Amino acid sequence: MSVPLSHVLIVASLMFAMGLGCVVAWRANVIMMLIGIEIMLNAVMLTFVGGSAHWGIADGQLFSLMLMALTSAEVSLALAMVVYLHRRKNTVNTDQFDSMKG
Amino acid sequence: MEATLFYILAAVLLTGTLLAITARQAVRSIVYLVTSFFALALMFYLLGAPLIAAFEVIIYAGAIMVLFLFVIMMLELESPEKLPQPHFTNWLPALLLAGAVVGSLVVLLCSRLRAVPPGFVEIPVRQFAFALFKQYGVAVEVVSMQLLFALVGALYLGRRR
Repeated sequence: MSVPLSHVLIVASLMFAMGLGCVVAWRANVIMMLIGIEIMLNAVMLTFVGGSAHWGIADGQLFSLMLMALTSAEVSLALAMVVYLHRRKNTVNTDQFDSMKG
Repeated sequence: MEATLFYILAAVLLTGTLLAITARQAVRSIVYLVTSFFALALMFYLLGAPLIAAFEVIIYAGAIMVLFLFVIMMLELESPEKLPQPHFTNWLPALLLAGAVVGSLVVLLCSRLRAVPPGFVEIPVRQFAFALFKQYGVAVEVVSMQLLFALVGALYLGRRR
């Protein structure tokens, strides 16, 4: 395939910027913040796979596999936490979770 | 032809992600995100990583996104108009941060970096598996422990009192 590596990196960084914007803009909603984290992690995976294909070393693909395992662990814990918080406060709005405010 | 396909997939990926982060309801956002992850899986295939492409479809689009969808439907969130929508003041810092990333990209592209020759090397599955289980065998064990801890933690958090 005759696409320069820089174009792959541009796509990945635009996707990362979108995920960052999602986390910052939707900071009142826990679920949308988690979705933004997913987008950012996928952008990182694209960077890893692009670098791995460019230099012909399998390590980048391996690391994206590890990243996938890490993400599934993180998402299962975070969604269990969301269910727990929703059971306690009946909302997913982060402004309601202020019981540790001094 | 592969290069054209790559740019089409990049357009689908970025459009899907943009629609996902601006959707009014979380369910729609998940569906847009599944679309963009399918495009991403095809890009992985074009970059010579068929195994990662398959895992992206099976684990990401198939398992993680469905887990999100399951939790959103289980929570019975309030009607979408009562959910807090981001105002313009909320989008402002997000646009600022995204603009910083895009601006640094433009600066990098204008400075004409050392040109690297285009072209990608396909990595056979045999090489991938050899590196995974020979070089990084300890990491595989650590990841399996991590998944076990996540399972126990999710069970602990999700139990009924």
